[in-house]
Amino acid sequence: MLQLAVDIGWGWTLAFKTVLVLAVVPLAALVLGYTFLLKMMSHMQSRLGPMDPGGFHGWFQLVGDGIKFLQKEDVMPAEADRRVFAIAPAVVVISTFLVFVVVPTGPKLVVENLDVGVFYALAVSSLSVIGVLMAGWASANKFALLGALRAAAQLIAYELPLLLAVVGVVVQAGTMSLQGIVHAQQAGSIFGWHGIGFPFILTQFVGFLLFLVASQAELTQTPFDMPVAESELVAGYMVEYTGFRFLFFFIGEFGTAFAFAALAATLFLGGWSLPWVHGAAADLLGIPVLFAKLMLVAFLMFWVRFTYPRLREDQLQSLAWKFLIPIGLANILVTGIFKVAF
Amino acid sequence: MSTTETPQVPGFEIEPRDLRHLADAQINVELDTGDMILNLGPQHPATHGTLRLVVRLDGERVIAADPVIGYMHRGYEKLTEFRTYPQITTLVNRIDWLSSFANEVPFIHAAELLMGIEAPPRAVWIRTILTELSRIATFYLFLGEMGLQLGALTPAFWGFRDREHVLNLIEAATGGRFHPNFNRIGGLKDDLPWGWVSETRTAMKAILDGCDDFEDILIGNEIFEARTRGIGIIPGEIGANYGVSGSNLRASGIDWDLRRDGKPYLAYPELDFKVWTHPDGDSFSRYWVRLQETRESARMVLQLLDGLPSGPIMAKVPRIIKVPEGEAWVETENPLGQMGYYVISKGATGPFRVKIRSASFSNVSILPWLLRGVYVPDVITILASLYFILGDIDR
Repeated sequence: MLQLAVDIGWGWTLAFKTVLVLAVVPLAALVLGYTFLLKMMSHMQSRLGPMDPGGFHGWFQLVGDGIKFLQKEDVMPAEADRRVFAIAPAVVVISTFLVFVVVPTGPKLVVENLDVGVFYALAVSSLSVIGVLMAGWASANKFALLGALRAAAQLIAYELPLLLAVVGVVVQAGTMSLQGIVHAQQAGSIFGWHGIGFPFILTQFVGFLLFLVASQAELTQTPFDMPVAESELVAGYMVEYTGFRFLFFFIGEFGTAFAFAALAATLFLGGWSLPWVHGAAADLLGIPVLFAKLMLVAFLMFWVRFTYPRLREDQLQSLAWKFLIPIGLANILVTGIFKVAF
Repeated sequence: MSTTETPQVPGFEIEPRDLRHLADAQINVELDTGDMILNLGPQHPATHGTLRLVVRLDGERVIAADPVIGYMHRGYEKLTEFRTYPQITTLVNRIDWLSSFANEVPFIHAAELLMGIEAPPRAVWIRTILTELSRIATFYLFLGEMGLQLGALTPAFWGFRDREHVLNLIEAATGGRFHPNFNRIGGLKDDLPWGWVSETRTAMKAILDGCDDFEDILIGNEIFEARTRGIGIIPGEIGANYGVSGSNLRASGIDWDLRRDGKPYLAYPELDFKVWTHPDGDSFSRYWVRLQETRESARMVLQLLDGLPSGPIMAKVPRIIKVPEGEAWVETENPLGQMGYYVISKGATGPFRVKIRSASFSNVSILPWLLRGVYVPDVITILASLYFILGDIDR
């Protein structure tokens, strides 16, 4: 529970929390978009454009992009289902907002510490596919429709490995609350040594890899970006969107990447916890620590995104059902045996 | 559709993997999913230009594909009838705009053949070097582009970045990055600038390193292999019947290269080079063959620089060029495949008729045969691996 220094009544607390969550998502999208999409990619690919505007390291590029999106005309296809077309981007972004509600950033700093935090986070994150389907259907465009259907098929396939990857952590921690999982990692020990706690990546590295692969598919990033496949479906479900509505999809994409990186950091890398830091100091350092860890995870995600080619739709399905899900089940089995044995 | 129907239509041979498709087909009959006609292009990123593919889809499976060409037709064959010979190099430059210099060579060659002029050895060697450089420039774009079409962004930018080495060299020698217009009947416009030879040597080393980079990032990648191996198989015989030529045919195991097997032209008879082939005929082998050919070209350029003769760059040519009556057919191995010019002269300052045989036109003609039964993503792979330039299709 987020506890404020001054008690200002539940109504104001609620409003404060809402504003906080609303502010986090665009900020997160901005940070990831700037760091990885513009800077890391430019360095990898020797791009000159994004390194130029504004002088120092092209810092102005993202602002310029934002201004460009706001200026664009809001085009809606004549055949489109107007209401659904308009709502779809909002649905995608809302699902991103909802994930941030349960991510803890300190012993006391969490918007809502749900007992079923993990379950809730994964459930709301998959809401975005409804928005994607709405966008694809309402656009009255064949490319958009193909993209949306691919996205739906992909989500069904990859939700399962994602859950299975997390189940190992849940079994080991004995709780589904994200805060509880962080505490379990902080209080743990490596063969009796309490130095750095016990980040679950040490035992759940298979789960960590599974989580990264599956979240890559959830985020529709390369090598699993068939729903937006630029060279095949032009931009998939986003093909008819312009200006501000497209910006919504953009924010949703990078905001969700941020959320999944935060989830991975919380589940496997110890979240906000830092060795030998407890109490109020942990609250203070929680946000930068979690941020550093999640940027590490995001770096991995985007590194893969910019390096790999994309799989084909049927190859993606067989990868999920033939490899990831059996591995995930085996991981749970082994975790369960160790949990009972030790 | 062709008359060379074989039971080996890709995707329809009976393999365990494809029994699944038969089962799918049965379900489709029961559920009666209608076909969908999808227009790929003329404005589509995968067609890099204005090729339009009318694709009939069942789900994501292609039932029939029909390429519609002509959106970029500029009427070059007709235009040549109203231009003088020196003016025509400007036109043929723009057929395959990525390797413009290689386009000029066969036309100039045909004119020289009719006039009975022979370019001095230095001019011939410089022509050979520039032809190979434009081959490298073209293939570099392909090596990156293929990654882009498969979803990998980085190789595309590497391709553009390293192609710049070659374009800078072409610009330094000819004055034009894309459209050199450097050939003259009987020789070349200018000699090479100072320092060009040593600069080219360094650039070729960079090109060879860049090829290693492509090999590391794509050839060894499991996803790349999964996407390209066994996709879009052109059996050698069928490819040859459709008129597919160049690297596409060599990737189908047919050992045929006009630089070695054709009528001797440029300095190729004096060069020691290997013609690369691959037995598979799929998209992967087309990529592999072009990668090896890029390396081979870089080695050829180094070899040519070592033996660059000195002397004049222009033969004795009359001030007003009038080509005596006659007909000439010259074909060369261009980056995209076999390119030929059939020139008919009636003794005027311009040709009476020119027929241009461009490689991409024939390479694309196999698409209806090749695309039957593949998935939409594979359509993109096949289009990218065939590697055509729209200007070369439509002329």
